[in-house]
Amino acid sequence: MSTAAATVKPVRMQSERASTALSLGLVTTYLTLIVALPIAALVFESTNAGARGFWEVVSSPEAVAALKLTLWTSIAVALLNGVLGTITAWVLVRDSFRGKALVNAIIDLPFALPTIVAGLTLLALYGPQSPLELGGHKINVAFTTTSIVLAMLFVTLPFVVRTVQPVLLELDEEMEQAAKSLGATELQTFRRIVFPNVLPGILSGVALAFAKAVGEFGSLVIITGNLPYKTQVSSVFIFSRIESGDRAGAAAVAVVLLAISFALLLSIGAIRHYTTRHDRD
Amino acid sequence: MTSVVRRFGLRGIAFFYLAAILLGPLALVFFRTFEHGFGAAWDALSTAETINAFKLTLIITAIAVPLNTIFGIACALAIVRRRFPGKGVVNAFVDLPLALSPVVVGLSLFLLYGRDGWFGFLGDHGIQILFSLPAMVIATIFVSLPFVAREVVPTLREIGDEQEQAARTLGANSWQTFWRITLPAIRWAVIYGVILTTARCLGEYGAVAVVSGRLQGETETATLRVEERYESFDVAGAYAISIVLALIAVLVLVAMTVIRPKEETA
Repeated sequence: MSTAAATVKPVRMQSERASTALSLGLVTTYLTLIVALPIAALVFESTNAGARGFWEVVSSPEAVAALKLTLWTSIAVALLNGVLGTITAWVLVRDSFRGKALVNAIIDLPFALPTIVAGLTLLALYGPQSPLELGGHKINVAFTTTSIVLAMLFVTLPFVVRTVQPVLLELDEEMEQAAKSLGATELQTFRRIVFPNVLPGILSGVALAFAKAVGEFGSLVIITGNLPYKTQVSSVFIFSRIESGDRAGAAAVAVVLLAISFALLLSIGAIRHYTTRHDRD
Repeated sequence: MTSVVRRFGLRGIAFFYLAAILLGPLALVFFRTFEHGFGAAWDALSTAETINAFKLTLIITAIAVPLNTIFGIACALAIVRRRFPGKGVVNAFVDLPLALSPVVVGLSLFLLYGRDGWFGFLGDHGIQILFSLPAMVIATIFVSLPFVAREVVPTLREIGDEQEQAARTLGANSWQTFWRITLPAIRWAVIYGVILTTARCLGEYGAVAVVSGRLQGETETATLRVEERYESFDVAGAYAISIVLALIAVLVLVAMTVIRPKEETA
């Protein structure tokens, strides 16, 4: 048996090494061709005009207005998601009602529905042909910042729910019962027991929602009307610059969005790292 | 008593939120599509351009999904089972499409394959990438790249590598180990990832909008067609295509719901 092992081993190690090299080669080639090279081309294009040229484009009034609008609507949407998503996750885990499985499934709809369809459906209900009335006035949010927030809420809805839900499921209800039996009010129990436990989940969900909102395009095209200085967010700004042949302008703003994406991915990674280390302690 | 009020209050908020953002708008579009009967919706769908657009979407999906599935499994195996320099970089680039704007993706490809781009020389040799199928496929692959890998990584971590090692000591080569041990153990995660990838491919809009050139009947996918119909004041046509895409989304949801419990208990 020992002789058999001795003869088999070197051959196997060789084939093992070959298969490792093959699969690593495949993975890195694919990633380089599909992701890294295009990103490099983008960064390269943005540096074509030098640092001053880059800054001139990024600090142009229209680009700044678009970026400001993008950031504040995305922050608002991320925070709204933090609150409403946590409530929704809590209702899905701790509440019981008929049709809960159905509601749970519907949460993922924005993952499955094309963004352009999302924009179109929101426009149908809240646009100029809206059947809704508020205080005698027809509702119409088309071409307003409200429409941006609505569309971003639609596409980011699942993120916080889906990061908080598993944490709540695993959280021991006995802890909460113990706190209550020791005289804590419901609010205190939530603040001292539930909230600190679900906070990392909320934070990474909020960061994901923010990243998605900053880059959102499809659902905004129809409903926001693409009005510069009013409803034009950065992604739509980039698109209109491509259409008008201004590659340098499009690339410069795109690099800003790229930097934001990388920063958010790093912070999500840091949150994940912190929480898993916390678990092991 | 207050607890009951709070419970119903929270439930009310959650329901209102879901109804206002998700269900209300979708239900209204369903209603509007079939307002004038099933025939009108069918007429809007059966034009040559719309059929072509759906065909193109299916072709792109049929190329992108298998490629991303193979890549996703290989990538997850590399991340979880291997040590190699630059792993952090690989990890970051796999996640990037989740956080990056589709328009930025489209622009990056536009610059790489454009006439002045690094791969612009391909056009001189008669290999058309931009404004034709290849660029649209690459854009779709880019945006749907992470899903299989992201689903498979946690499952691989959870199952550990004891069984794989046992198979190796019993004489199985790495190919046999993969087919007999690893793949059966991760199959639900792979299927779940494939469903998410498919949904993303069918629904992609921004990246494809940039690189396709949007030539009617040639490089127009179903989602691009929705926008084109709407801009041409054919709202009924836009709604009809949307409803088909929404029905596919519902199928995706059903599949996700059926598979998720299995994945969690696996």
